[in-house]
Amino acid sequence: MSTILFLIVFPFIVALALLVLKTDAARDIIVKVSSILIAAGSIYLAVQYFDSGGEFFEFGNETVSTFMLGIEVVLAVLIFYLGIKYKKYLASVLVAIQTPLMVWFELGTGHGITVLNNMYVDRLSIIMALIIGVIGTLICWYSIGYMKDFQKHHHEEPDRRPWFFFLMFLFLAAMFGIVFSNNLVWLYFFWEITTLCSFFLIGYTKTQEAINNSFRALIMNLLGGIGFALAIVVLGNFYGTLELNQMLALGAGISMVLPACLLAFAGITKAAQMPFNSWLLGAMVAPTPTSALLHSSTMVKAGVFLIVKLSPILGWNLAGIMVMMVGGITFLMTSFAAISQSNAKRVLAYSTVANLGLIVACAGIGSYAAVWAAIMLIIFHAVTKSLLFLCVGTAEHNIGSRDIEDMDGLFGRMPRLATFMIVGIAGMFLAPFGMLISKWAAMKAFVDSGNFLLVMIILFGSAATLFYWTKWMGKMVAIMAKRENIQSNVHKEEWLVLTSLTALTVLICLIFPLMSTFVIVPYLQTIYSSVATLALSSSNMYIMSAMLALIVLLPLLFYGKSNKRIVPLYMAGVNLDDLTYRGSMQKDVTVSLRNWYMEDYFGEKRMNIIGDIATVVVLIVTFALLLGGVL
Amino acid sequence: MNLTTSIIGIVAYLILAPIAGGLLAGIDRRISARMQGRYGPPILQPFYDFFKLLEKEPITVNKVQDFYVNCFLIFIIITGAIFFAGGDLLLFIFTLTLASIFLVVAAFSSNSPYAQVGAERELLQMMAYEPMVLLTAIGFYMVNGSFNVSDVVTSDVMGIVYLPGIFLGFVFILTIKLRKSPFDLSLSHHGHQELVKGLSTEFSGKTLAIIELAHWYENIFLLGVVYLFIAHSAVWSPIIAVLVCLVVYFLEVLIDNNYARMKWQFAINSSWVVALTLGFVNMLVLYFIG
Repeated sequence: MSTILFLIVFPFIVALALLVLKTDAARDIIVKVSSILIAAGSIYLAVQYFDSGGEFFEFGNETVSTFMLGIEVVLAVLIFYLGIKYKKYLASVLVAIQTPLMVWFELGTGHGITVLNNMYVDRLSIIMALIIGVIGTLICWYSIGYMKDFQKHHHEEPDRRPWFFFLMFLFLAAMFGIVFSNNLVWLYFFWEITTLCSFFLIGYTKTQEAINNSFRALIMNLLGGIGFALAIVVLGNFYGTLELNQMLALGAGISMVLPACLLAFAGITKAAQMPFNSWLLGAMVAPTPTSALLHSSTMVKAGVFLIVKLSPILGWNLAGIMVMMVGGITFLMTSFAAISQSNAKRVLAYSTVANLGLIVACAGIGSYAAVWAAIMLIIFHAVTKSLLFLCVGTAEHNIGSRDIEDMDGLFGRMPRLATFMIVGIAGMFLAPFGMLISKWAAMKAFVDSGNFLLVMIILFGSAATLFYWTKWMGKMVAIMAKRENIQSNVHKEEWLVLTSLTALTVLICLIFPLMSTFVIVPYLQTIYSSVATLALSSSNMYIMSAMLALIVLLPLLFYGKSNKRIVPLYMAGVNLDDLTYRGSMQKDVTVSLRNWYMEDYFGEKRMNIIGDIATVVVLIVTFALLLGGVL
Repeated sequence: MNLTTSIIGIVAYLILAPIAGGLLAGIDRRISARMQGRYGPPILQPFYDFFKLLEKEPITVNKVQDFYVNCFLIFIIITGAIFFAGGDLLLFIFTLTLASIFLVVAAFSSNSPYAQVGAERELLQMMAYEPMVLLTAIGFYMVNGSFNVSDVVTSDVMGIVYLPGIFLGFVFILTIKLRKSPFDLSLSHHGHQELVKGLSTEFSGKTLAIIELAHWYENIFLLGVVYLFIAHSAVWSPIIAVLVCLVVYFLEVLIDNNYARMKWQFAINSSWVVALTLGFVNMLVLYFIG
């Protein structure tokens, strides 16, 4: 219990300290020391509760709830004011609906409901805590060096770094709160804190674009927040409970479709599923560590975490169908849209949304195998995506662009960084790396569930995934003559983090059979009575591990060792240098090589419109059916 | 299938596949020549070419592309080994994808305009055929309740009876995989005006020989998938299955010689439409009768 409290309260205290202390030296030390402590804390938690099938803690006291309610009201007033100030009235309206609703409920009905267990820990929260505690702090560590560069690039701006680090650590605290809260009112409180943190982080630079995008994120997440608040009201008034575990337990007997739909809706907005994916893409305006944090270990992961939690009461009911359709459509359309992007961060963002879609779809199916795949996806995605974001951030600061077309021959200029990036990219879609393992399991779960629309979606989505990652990889591996090595400018904090994440990407692929056997399967056994066989037989897992070993060893042994005579490449004339030749008419021709973006097929706008319409229809039909009392 | 038969399968594949693949290429060239009214080279010509390539002066455009090409060969061999050991069809497909990515990356690494266009087109082709290939594996799973090749060949039912649509779909995308016209977009045996030799423009000598060898290995396990549609527990089925493979290959040669190359748009449109109609409908029917 005390470890849990430490994980929630300590990052919060650190956040306050970072807000007050303004010198670089103090900040560096505090961030480093507290990162180590938080990571150590989450690992200790994992060890401590490893053997328990799940423990609940009463930890009840009125003061905490009242304190939370007070903070909620203060923050609501703040948002209301900001909405008016920046003329984003919708945000003010939404918050004016949501918070009074919660206050009315908590002072009225909610007050009468006794909550037995406010907090809990089980293996899923351990996994999440490790992701937040390790990956999240690695990102904070990376930010030390990155934000110095960032400040240098934006020296005309006031130094807002204390605010930045305050938000980063507050975010971690809130995330820990989400994964340990059993009391839905508490969960809601932490949920809203993450919404606010991302709002302020996205608006960090205070440019007009940043402000617009931050409000878009805020408004969409407030919509989800209203869904969450309504779910609490419905649960409290009609089911007489406010506890997550009781809600799930009740779901086995009676229909939980309405609150499940409302909570899933909140999850969908937070996980940036269509039609709400635009807030996550807009979040690109923030400094890169923010994106890395939002995309890998926090925010969107809170959304999918909630939906995965709900998965036992999803499946072939209205709530489940809504969730799987929204997830599936999002996966397909955003995978396609990623093909048309040349901005590396946007490719990453679309890929995040797509993978979250897959997780959401898996959770919607709600079968044992599907949830196994969903949890695996959460783990692998968190590690790999944070690595890729931070790599792009470092590349951007050193080559001055985040465009994939400018990463031409990065292998020559920043060999180490390019290697890390290639590991990350391979990790996202290739055998024998993690994401593919999870996709494999997901595919099998979809076939077994008999949802063939989803089967087709995953087949086509995966084909698109292969296309956009490989063409990016192709850009970087191109070998060009006379490129200066510029990677010595990178901060050592950045190297440390990038190296750790790369090692982690490979490591979790090696140990995933262990994670499956000792963590995920036992967790699923507490939820599902029947234990189905998993997609990957042990012999397949061995083959995958052997292939992984081969993939790691081959480059170490043979890469770049060639005794052959090097000759210029063929260019239909006399080569003058890398990409210029003298053609048949004695004219010098310069060649430029660009990737394919297939705008006519996968134009971003069209994909978004199709996806938005389809998902909006799904959502409206679902809620119309619910309100119409059909079920 | 137990360990012994798996090992026999792998060893036989390692030794026999290049021989069979090379002969198939030789026969292919002879038949194509006859279709075009020529006499054509000897059946063993691909082997002569192969050994001649090995003796060429070792040159390269950079120090790394040989590494990628070697990886391509290694993983193609592993792909086939998984198949002939009776392994998992999905693992087989994923390993094949990995191998193909190595070839694409090798082409990209040269930074040659022609090779890069070839590489992009190769990727496009992969995107075009991937759904149908995976659907094929799923089809076998739905019929036999297992993704394992060993379970498919010992099953009591003949796959094609339940998977006619998926069979046709697979044969359709096989044209892409075998690099036959009208889909020889990224690389073909004949030089193309705008593309030179596409993907393989910058490969020469031994590197080119390795690619050739890898393709022989590849063609054999691709026909192996065709074999799976017929082969089952009946004693006579392997013979029929081999015959069907030969007929399918002949058909591919016939198509190759009768069609001009199409645009890439046609490759992706048609393959996806095939997967969405033949493949998807077959899968749905299978679900409802099963």
